[in-house]
Amino acid sequence: MTFEFAAVLRRRALDVSFTVRPGETVALLGSNGAGKSTIVEVSAGLLRPDSGRATLDGQVLFDLAADAAGRGRPDVFLPPHARRTVLLAQEPLLFPHLSVRDNVAFGPRSAGQSRAASRLLADEWLAAAEVSELADRRPGMLSGGQAQRVAVARALAASPRLLLLDEPMTALDVAAVPAQRQLLHRVLLDRSVILVTHDPLDALALADRVIVLGDGRIVEEGPTRAVFAHPQTDFTRALTFGLDLSAGPPAPISSV
Amino acid sequence: MTLGVPRWTLAVAAVGALFIVLPIVGMTLRVEWSQFGALVTSEASVAALLLSLRTAAMSTVLCLLFGVPMALALARSRFPGQRLVRAVVLLPLVLPPVVGGIALLSTFGRRGLLGETFEVLGIQIAFSTTAVVLAQTFVALPFLVLSVEATLRASGARFEAVAATLGATPGTVLRRVTLPLVLPGLISGAVLAFARALGEFGATLTFAGSLQGVTRTLPLEIYLQRETDADAAVALALVLVAVALIVMVATHRPRGLS
Repeated sequence: MTFEFAAVLRRRALDVSFTVRPGETVALLGSNGAGKSTIVEVSAGLLRPDSGRATLDGQVLFDLAADAAGRGRPDVFLPPHARRTVLLAQEPLLFPHLSVRDNVAFGPRSAGQSRAASRLLADEWLAAAEVSELADRRPGMLSGGQAQRVAVARALAASPRLLLLDEPMTALDVAAVPAQRQLLHRVLLDRSVILVTHDPLDALALADRVIVLGDGRIVEEGPTRAVFAHPQTDFTRALTFGLDLSAGPPAPISSV
Repeated sequence: MTLGVPRWTLAVAAVGALFIVLPIVGMTLRVEWSQFGALVTSEASVAALLLSLRTAAMSTVLCLLFGVPMALALARSRFPGQRLVRAVVLLPLVLPPVVGGIALLSTFGRRGLLGETFEVLGIQIAFSTTAVVLAQTFVALPFLVLSVEATLRASGARFEAVAATLGATPGTVLRRVTLPLVLPGLISGAVLAFARALGEFGATLTFAGSLQGVTRTLPLEIYLQRETDADAAVALALVLVAVALIVMVATHRPRGLS
């Protein structure tokens, strides 16, 4: 699914356009306040830009003019629930009143599937995230790593056309990060994904391409390894300091 | 974890608690237990108690029906004049109930703003059981709105945002995420509203009058009995205390303990 995005939001000094190709994972890098999370919120429909246009798989998500009267076509703004752009945030945000299984079944249920079919689908995704044994628990009884795995399963069960990951590993215990990274590596293959991260390792492991933002604009972009091997900005140079990219691509992960 | 508090706060707190407990104890000691049964089961008393329970329950339902959308509007949306609207909605909290009664009478009374319209339709609201329910709803509604709005703000909109990106329409988000999340605030708000409605006196007397079986609720009956039969008034007062206490203990839990 191709995702084409162009938006201006003056309140947050954002002016960015980019494309995510089918099956591609694009990492957004940049210092705090550079506009990474704003792009995610605008893509998800949680924030309305002043102007711009985004399409997903040919469908218009928003099409807003600075002065709507001055052009031939009307403004379009799809609400979040009609976009199938699922957000996975820093916090797992599992619904505390629902069991793990019902959390994962929430997306299919909202899409109109029967309770039984939704639960069946939920069990499949819980198995894919290797947390089947947690299905009957309440979110309050999970560790941070377990909760984030369930959140991944819930996001995928909603069959997103575009997956939005906003620093999905920042809030995790250090010990839980490698396993989570491997899980994401496995499930993100062949999906269109925007990944906001502060960690160059996440970008290397998960992203085909990186976009570096500075003050709401794109300052650098390209294939992950190429950008990291020849950083053009101080931010990227500092971010990748000490990373040795001369050894070639990493060996494929054989087991999780 | 137990966090220590300075001992003097406990001493002051004990004095404060005594200030509330002592008058209740004092009243209990004045009850003529030999006549208690006869006093609280008299026809007038039973009629007043049943009317109070019935009208307070109806008021609580009205508070829930209108208060939850009001709390949602105040906590989850932005509109011009929102601060003013909140202040006006919460006005009955600080208004003397008799003023509320006069306001209701000026609106729904026979010569009131809407009264003539209702008159034409053959409906007379003032001095009816409907008026009791309206008076109680008027004073109790802010308790529910305040409680639910506070819970909505505390729970934040992040769960709702995630639910929306998972494909849930606003209606589904409200039903499956928002309302379950604010359930504790909803329950404690409803309990407070019920208790406030149960104790309503001033607005009821002004707007609904004091007709046995129709508008004379338990607080009105207690006030009336006090003029003629002090023992009966004390006995009924104890019944009201007991009902209020049962409701509070059974359902009201402070937030954070559930």
